Amino acid sequence: MITLAHYIVLGAILFCISVAGIFINRKNVVVLLMAIELMLLAVNMNFVAFSRFLGDPSGQVFVFFILTVAAAETAIGLAILVVLFRNRGTINVAEIDSMKG
Amino acid sequence: MTLQLICFYAFAAVMVASALAVVTVRNTVHAVLFLVLTFFTAAATWILAEAEFLGIALIVVYVGAVMVLFLFVVMMLDIKPESMREGFIRFLPVGVVVAAVMLVEMLGLIGVKAMAAKQMPADPAVADGVAQNTAWLGKALYTQFLLPFEIAALILTVALVAAVALTHRKRTGVKTQKPGEQVRVKREDRIRMVKMAAETPTNPTTGESA
Repeated sequence: MITLAHYIVLGAILFCISVAGIFINRKNVVVLLMAIELMLLAVNMNFVAFSRFLGDPSGQVFVFFILTVAAAETAIGLAILVVLFRNRGTINVAEIDSMKG
Repeated sequence: MTLQLICFYAFAAVMVASALAVVTVRNTVHAVLFLVLTFFTAAATWILAEAEFLGIALIVVYVGAVMVLFLFVVMMLDIKPESMREGFIRFLPVGVVVAAVMLVEMLGLIGVKAMAAKQMPADPAVADGVAQNTAWLGKALYTQFLLPFEIAALILTVALVAAVALTHRKRTGVKTQKPGEQVRVKREDRIRMVKMAAETPTNPTTGESA
């Protein structure tokens, strides 16, 4: 029988993979955005599992809202990326240093 | 070991493997495709937990819309794979160490043994007397969460407008109508009244005016 631990551990593993992905792909903005998507998926996995095991629909409603906000975030992020590439000709994070941050 | 558990382990294995592939493959297009696989198997595990609506929504919204957007952008940009790989080996150890420590900490916090004692209850939608996950979710969404639902719609609209406004580019040398100027134009700008004597018809045979 599937227990709550199965889903939570799967979410934790997914989250850690995406954190490692942010560390090792720090040049490529597209892969960074994808790692953020993976993180959101891991969090959603927890929400769905708790909603199912506690019998409360609020968790799944929250997943719905997270999906909405994540879709909006991706659309704007990719739009910024396209404008950035048009202006600078690169998406390498190391070369985007005009603000010296 | 029930069939359900075997399916869960199979999906979880595919999911972890494809998530690892997302962050490690060389080609960004392949990474996007592996992300599609990850989302698809995640939807499968959600459906296994009887969250059917969200599973289908994940496939429709993420695989169908967001991932296609990712693919479009990745294929539009001219990314050189080799330049994106520098620092990969250098940051690999620290990334793996941080991820492993975080995983151990999280598993400790979760208390796997305590959570494993919690068996999956009967489908809460059935327990609440609506029999379907979609109806169960919809009832909560349209009563308790109606205002947040409207705000979510607003957020999507704002994101749509912002994405278009960000990427829109004025092209020079294109002849277009300017509706604002067309509406603002006045009669005096277009018509000039000329005073002149009325002409009278002439007789063709005599040449005299009638």
